[in-house]
Formats: sequence, C-alpha cells, structure tokens
Amino acid sequence: MTDATLAAAPPSDLAGRPQDGPSLHMTEAARARLRRRYAADRRFRQAGLGAVVFGVVALGFLLFTILSNGLTAFRQTELRLDFAFSREIIAPDGKVDPQSIRAADWARVVRESLQARFPDARDRRGARLVEALVSPGAQGQLMDMVLADPGLIGQTRSVWVLAASDIDMVLKGHADRAVPEESRRVNDRQLAWMGALEKDGALRLSFNTRFFTGADSRYPELVGILGGILGSLYTLAITLALAFPLGVMAAIYLEEFAPKNRITDLIEVNINNLAAVPSIVFGLLGLAVFLNVFGMPRSAPLVGGCVLALMSLPIIIIAARAALRAVPPSIREAALGLGASRLQVVLHHVLPLAMPGILTGTILSMAHALGETAPLLMIGMVAFIVDVPSGPLDAATVLPVQIFMWADSPERGFVEKTSAAILVLLVFLLGMNALAIWLRKKFERRW
Amino acid sequence: MANPAAAVSAPDAGRAKISASGVDVFYGAKHALKKVSVEIGERQVVAFIGPSGCGKSTFLRCLNRMNDTIAGCRVTGDIRLDRGDIYAPEVDVVQLRARVGMVFQKPNPFPKSIYDNVAYGPRIHGLAGSKAELDALVEGALKGAALWNEVSDRLDSPGTGLSGGQQQRLCIARAIAVSPEVILMDEPCSALDPIATAHVEELIDGLRERYTIVIVTHNMQQAARVSQRTAFFHLGELVEEDDTSAIFTNPRDERTQGYITGRYG
Repeated sequence: MTDATLAAAPPSDLAGRPQDGPSLHMTEAARARLRRRYAADRRFRQAGLGAVVFGVVALGFLLFTILSNGLTAFRQTELRLDFAFSREIIAPDGKVDPQSIRAADWARVVRESLQARFPDARDRRGARLVEALVSPGAQGQLMDMVLADPGLIGQTRSVWVLAASDIDMVLKGHADRAVPEESRRVNDRQLAWMGALEKDGALRLSFNTRFFTGADSRYPELVGILGGILGSLYTLAITLALAFPLGVMAAIYLEEFAPKNRITDLIEVNINNLAAVPSIVFGLLGLAVFLNVFGMPRSAPLVGGCVLALMSLPIIIIAARAALRAVPPSIREAALGLGASRLQVVLHHVLPLAMPGILTGTILSMAHALGETAPLLMIGMVAFIVDVPSGPLDAATVLPVQIFMWADSPERGFVEKTSAAILVLLVFLLGMNALAIWLRKKFERRW
Repeated sequence: MANPAAAVSAPDAGRAKISASGVDVFYGAKHALKKVSVEIGERQVVAFIGPSGCGKSTFLRCLNRMNDTIAGCRVTGDIRLDRGDIYAPEVDVVQLRARVGMVFQKPNPFPKSIYDNVAYGPRIHGLAGSKAELDALVEGALKGAALWNEVSDRLDSPGTGLSGGQQQRLCIARAIAVSPEVILMDEPCSALDPIATAHVEELIDGLRERYTIVIVTHNMQQAARVSQRTAFFHLGELVEEDDTSAIFTNPRDERTQGYITGRYG
C-alpha cells in the first residue's frame, strides 16, 4: 500500500514543487549555498582573529614603549668625589649640634670638593658648569652623613653622591652627544669632566632605591614613588571600607528584601545612571560637600577615598546585584521550604554563593578607582607634596596623579620617571586582578 | 508497593490534618485557582493530578505559604492546619514551614556536604542540643530517606555530587530532619529515571506511617501506586476528590474520566 502511494504521486517537496533527480540537499545549488555558508564562517573567524592580533600588537607596542622608556629609571647615575668636612664650614662657631649642622653652608662643601677635583673650573662660568654636574640632593646626603656621625667633621671622605639629571640622561644615552653644543644641556666642558670621572671609575649607575622610598621633588633625579603609592593605598583603603559594606548591603536589600514598586524602580534606574556619571562630577561633589560643607582637609586621602567610594558604589551595587541574581532560585526555595527566615536564606545560602561574583566586581571597581585621576584633581590631591604621607589625613597624591604631574614636567629626566611610575601602577593593577582571581578560586573551592 | 484498595494503615489516620475551603489564588489579574475545598487526612498520601497549568502546584504551595515569595500572588479563602488558620496574621511562616516541609520538582540540595544538607534544618530551628544529637538526627533522617547505606561513608562529600535519585532522597532526608507533620512533594520524580522513581515511591509509602504527604504528580500510575486519596484538578478547579481506587475505577466526573483514560492532559 505504501509502495502504491509512492508510485502514484510524483515526489515533491513541502512547498509542492516537483522533486525528481537527486535529493534536495545534494543538488549543485545546495552545494553552492553550503560553500557560501562556510565562507561566511571563515570570514567571521578571520575577522575575530584579526581583532585579537591587533589588540595584542597594540598592547605589545604600549608595553614596549613604557618598558624601554621606564626601565632606566630604576638605575641612577652617581659620581664619587672627595669631600672635606672642614670644621670652618660646618661648625664655624665651634658648636657641633644638629641645628648648626643643618644650618651649615653645604653648597660650599660640594663646591670646594668639585673645584679641588677639577682645578680647570675655577673661572666663574666654569664654577657654575661644574656645580651643575652634581644633584642638589648631594648636599642633603652629606648633611645626613654628618648628622649620623659628627666625628666626620674635620675629615675628608670619598663619597658616591647623586649626579644631576642632565648627566644621568647623557650616561643613559637619552641625550644625544652629536647635537650641536649650543642646543645641548650638557656642553663640551662638562662632557670632558664626565669623561675624566668615567676614566677614574668615579661615575656609575646604581640601583635607584630613592625611587621607592621618596616622594615628589622638583629634581627628576630625586623623585620617589612611595608618596604616590601610600597615597593610593590610603585612598583605596578608605574607598573599600566605605563602598564595599554599603554596596553589598544596598544590593542585598534591593535584590532580596525590597518590594518591587515605583520607588525601587526609580532607585534602580538612578543607580544605573550614577554608574555612568563622569567621574569629575563626583570630584565636584566632593569639593562642594566634603571640603566646603564638612570642612574636611584638602588633598587628604580621606576625602579622596570618600569621593572614590561614591564613584565605586553604583558599580559595586550593580555587580553585587548581578551576582545575587545569578544564585539559582531553587536554593532560595529549598531554604525557605525548610523554614529558614529570609535573612538566614541570604546569609547562609545566597550570599556565600554570590561572594565570588561580588568580590570580583568589587576588586575590578577598586582597580578602576586606583586609576582614577579626575575627581582627585578637584579635591586638591594634585598638589606638589615632598613628604611621604603617614596617614589618611596627611596631604598626599595618588599614583595616577603623580604620573600626570611628572608627565607635565618639562625636564627630560621626568620622561623615564613617568614611565617607571606607570610600570608601578600597572604592577599594582595586575596584583589586584590576580587577587580577584585568587579570591574567586578560593571561594569557589569551598563548595 | 501500596495497595490503593487498602485505604489506611496507621492509627488515627484519616482525621483531617489540613482542610481548605473556598481557596482562590490570583497571580496579578490571572485567576489561577478557583474555590478549591479539600480535606487532607492525617497520615495519608494524597495525590494531586491534572493537566499542566491546572493549579495543582499552586495549591500545594499555598499549604506552606511558599506563594508568599511570589510577587503579585494573592491567596484568599481558608486553609487550616490542625484547625489553625495558616493565613492568620499572627502565624509565623518560619514555624509553619517547619511543620509543613517541602520537596521540589528538581532535586535542589544545597552546595554543601551531605551532612550539612541534612543538618541545616535542625541547626536553624535549634533541634539538636549537642553534636552527638545532631549526628543521630542526621543519621535518622538519612535512614528514613533510605539513603544512609549509600552515603554513610561519605557524609563530607558534596550533596551535589550524588546521582539525581540520591539527590532527591537527600532532599527528602533534609525535609524530614526537621520533623515536619506534613510533607509536600511537587512532582518529586519528574526528573528521575524509573529505577530512582521506584526508590522514591517505595520511600513515600514508608513515610506514610509518620507523616501526612501531599504529592503532585503527572504520572497517573504513580498516583495510583502511592496514594490513598486522589484529587483531580482542571483549569484551576478541583473537579473531584475521592479514594484513589474510586477515582481510577469509577470517576464521577467525565473530565476525570477523560483525563485518566488519556483522552487529554
């Protein structure tokens, strides 16, 4: 019977078109369609691969530029000179106490040492040129030596002192010696003195510990990043302490307890809007409210932390709500069905399951806050601060603002310092992201 | 397997444990359940059957007020547990849900160890005074759910690592660890294979000696096998409720007749 039906009706497709010859999917037209589909597939894959390659190349170029500019900043030029700590300069009135040692004419100690080393620089112009070899930081270095050991007074010591930034640049090859003399910052006489020092082995590059222990300075060879690092850490600590509990609480309330009505809808829309508000607006808010109304200190990490906390709050709330929403409802039902109260459902089941997501979101928002500059400019954290802050109430600056200020400085020596500071900032960001991954793994393993 | 003709076994079985009268449920504007009245006898297995979307799960979730958690859901009418109105304002839902336990359609063990899954209920309700008591409670619940022999050597391994049937029995153990009076089961075997289903059905039959059980099922053979009373729901109405043997052999309503003979559903 089936055979009879098949024989009676000529084969046709579902649209009723007659089908004779090979199967619908084996015709030449079908093969061509298939080839076009595969070609589209291939083009899409290649476009994706191209985008990835472009990204990797751009990142590689960025890292190469920063590394090639910045790595030299971790070594600093020093030169060795014999310094005479003569009694008549350091203790002209015979008193040897810290106060008079500090008041001594240390510039003269350096000058006399240089003139003793280079007798051909006794003319006025030569004296100025030869003094420009040594960093102004050398005076402080010598003073600290004598303060630590007053017995040095009256003796002569051979000491490695910091070279001036111009000399540093020449030695590191950042200043071209082939440029005509009049447009060079280091002229031929200074180059000759450098050569003489180099021949004596009195010129060297050594590890730049000052970069990791100091704060800002007007002289590129004297700057340090610790001020910015600590400023950033204090600021972030305040931000985290304010934004994390507030954000998680708000997210839990909105997601688990709040009734769904117009007011909560309005709040939700506003949180999403706040997450998109330009950060400088938060800076203005901080200036108007924290500084002008509450009279909090200017340039302080406390205020910076408050401003960045306001900025991070919506991001943390959104991330935490998404993480809470991702917890399967069956877990909530299971706990409710056992007679757990809503708080117990949240604390015992939902929050632990959402924690990896909440922490990841929080750390990413902290990384974002670490890189934030604009709002901090508004509350005065862009100040030139030469002391390492000792607490969140001290005037301080943060890493990205420090980078901004150094990038803005005209001296050639700041170029490598800027890149080096960017490297430090990147290391911090990588560290925070690594922490996020680690926390995620750790919390996931518990289950 | 229970013989549905042998109606009851336990003493004092049959006294009304839950009685509902005139229950209406609305989801927003949708009238999901219309004037449902039913009595559920103590230490009986009552099966709710009916086509999808007929309101049987909705009614089940009224019995421990799980519908409270659904926004826009409104329940009217009178539902009494041991003559006490469970929708009275002074009723504590936490206490109610401790008395009326629930097992869900999809096995949903907590992502914790087998031990912690079972111990969770007793812990939050403070039912065990010491670690030894809690251990005994967990062991008793797992034995009651016929799972002890399979998991006694790995109580610390995660509950989510068990097979589907074992997970569902773990959920039953978790429910009985709180010592409820009533256990609501919302299609407890729909995600299980026939062997696991047989295990759970056998278990339900054993649990009847101590608990009142309400089970929602799509599987009419299952209803016939495990229940003493059966209620047939259709389009939000309770069409017919009677002894299981009567429903399956001699239904009064032609809709019931049509459903159980497989004409629709």
